[in-house]
Amino acid sequence: MSILVYINGNHGIGKNAFEAVTYGKKLGDVTVVTNGAIDEGSLASLGVYGASKVLVDSTLANADDQQLTNLVANAAASVGAKTIIFSHDHVAKNVAPRLSVKLKAGLVSGAIAAPAADGTIKVNVFSGKAFGNVKVNTDTKIISLLPNSIQPEESGSACSVEQFSGNAGDAKVKVTATKQPEGDIPLPEAELVVSAGRGLKGPENWGMVEDLAKALGAATACSRPVADIGWRPHHEHVGQTGVAIRPNLYIAAGISGAIQHLAGVNGSKVIVVINTDAEAPFFKAADYGILGDAFEVLPRLTEAVKKFKASNN
Amino acid sequence: MKILVCISKSPDTTSKIAFTDGNSKFDENGVQYIVNPYDEWYALVRGLELKETLGGTVTIVTVGRVEDDSVIRKALAIGADEAVRIDADTKDAYYTAMQIAEYAKSNGFDLILTGKETINYNGSQVAGMIAESLNMPFVSLATKLEVSGTKATLDKEYLGGIQTVEAELPLVVSCAKGMAEQRIPNMRGIMAARTKPLTVVPAASVEEFTSFETYTTPAGKSACKMIDPNNMDELVALLHNEAKVI
Repeated sequence: MSILVYINGNHGIGKNAFEAVTYGKKLGDVTVVTNGAIDEGSLASLGVYGASKVLVDSTLANADDQQLTNLVANAAASVGAKTIIFSHDHVAKNVAPRLSVKLKAGLVSGAIAAPAADGTIKVNVFSGKAFGNVKVNTDTKIISLLPNSIQPEESGSACSVEQFSGNAGDAKVKVTATKQPEGDIPLPEAELVVSAGRGLKGPENWGMVEDLAKALGAATACSRPVADIGWRPHHEHVGQTGVAIRPNLYIAAGISGAIQHLAGVNGSKVIVVINTDAEAPFFKAADYGILGDAFEVLPRLTEAVKKFKASNN
Repeated sequence: MKILVCISKSPDTTSKIAFTDGNSKFDENGVQYIVNPYDEWYALVRGLELKETLGGTVTIVTVGRVEDDSVIRKALAIGADEAVRIDADTKDAYYTAMQIAEYAKSNGFDLILTGKETINYNGSQVAGMIAESLNMPFVSLATKLEVSGTKATLDKEYLGGIQTVEAELPLVVSCAKGMAEQRIPNMRGIMAARTKPLTVVPAASVEEFTSFETYTTPAGKSACKMIDPNNMDELVALLHNEAKVI
């Protein structure tokens, strides 16, 4: 069966792409379609995760939702794919719903596992508080895979990369500026996250959060009140109304763990909670707890991480 | 400017999530419904702000049954001019989106706003589907929206950062945090909401692309292991050897 995987390569080919290709490989013969000026070597490396070939429209940079919908639809037609896979990122949220209407294809968003024997696909619902098993009633299916749900698996070697004309038309949404947090790891993709809340008492104390994040190679995040009072930027807010993340490790300092915060982080594999209040509800959701003052514990933890990294290199 | 704000009901954020009928249906027992926070706090409030500065109307639309009118009145209390309920049981995102698109098609809206997702299904699907059906451009996960004449300038979430984009109206936008501040309805708003027009329109015939067959809830966490705050070397060792995350 022919499977098409769309990869957003605007900022390099990363783990999300490897996961999506690995997922596709479990279902059939994978063709990857992508766009923009991406280094050919890194595209060819998608073969390692099971792609048979990569189609790239390198003329199509900063493409809008309608252009990408056309690109993916045309690529699906050209390889005869009835299953199309996205990594559930901001581009997928922009393009997959349009494609669903255009191709009359059922869209499963937030998939966390390969289709079961009965064909249903498990997804995250109720902001991580439950799972649903979704049946697709259409011939063509679109699956948007939640990042960090499956492990990338190496199964092949570098594959061919071909130019592909997406016949995408003109952009109606024009990009005028892109601001990436400098040198930081994008939060939705981070495997390790250090987060802090009101317990830190003020934005001037975030240095110790950043120090720990730097020592670990982690992204930084925060709770809702902290973003609301402007101590930290909104894009760092994790929780029900902010960003939902699923890192391997989530360290929360000075966050009580209200149900709305947990909704954004309960997909984390391991949760470490640092709090002075033994009654903080977050301890119930944590794997490791430290009853103590973040002002003392965070620097101590940073030193311990540095020591560990030094002895492991 | 004619603004359409799509709202959905969702269980209160503190609701216990459980299922019934052999785990095939959400258990509504004791559940309080609210306007989905992304729809209310960001889409509706930004729509009202634009109307207040630029003039025009704000119409609320939802797909639902008569029991959902109380949720619609809550949204009207915040300040829209009128509401429309498309009379149908909610099914999948495609079904919902096509109902709204069918209504919007004949009403010439300049701007169609939704929340970035609902907090119950988290699909992030409806807005993009409406846009494709109406052949309008779509900006997802917008954190800022300004309109000048027929041109919209927006900030949107992009790979952990922010991208600034421009598009001509008519336009579909899904709204995320940063777009506006939550408004608490005042008594005048609540009183006025009772008499604002709420039009019920019949549903169009639309197929379902997907269906939720069953649900499960996550297994509970085992007890939290407490670590001595003076012994962070132990925590690092556990994260490396036991949890294997560093």
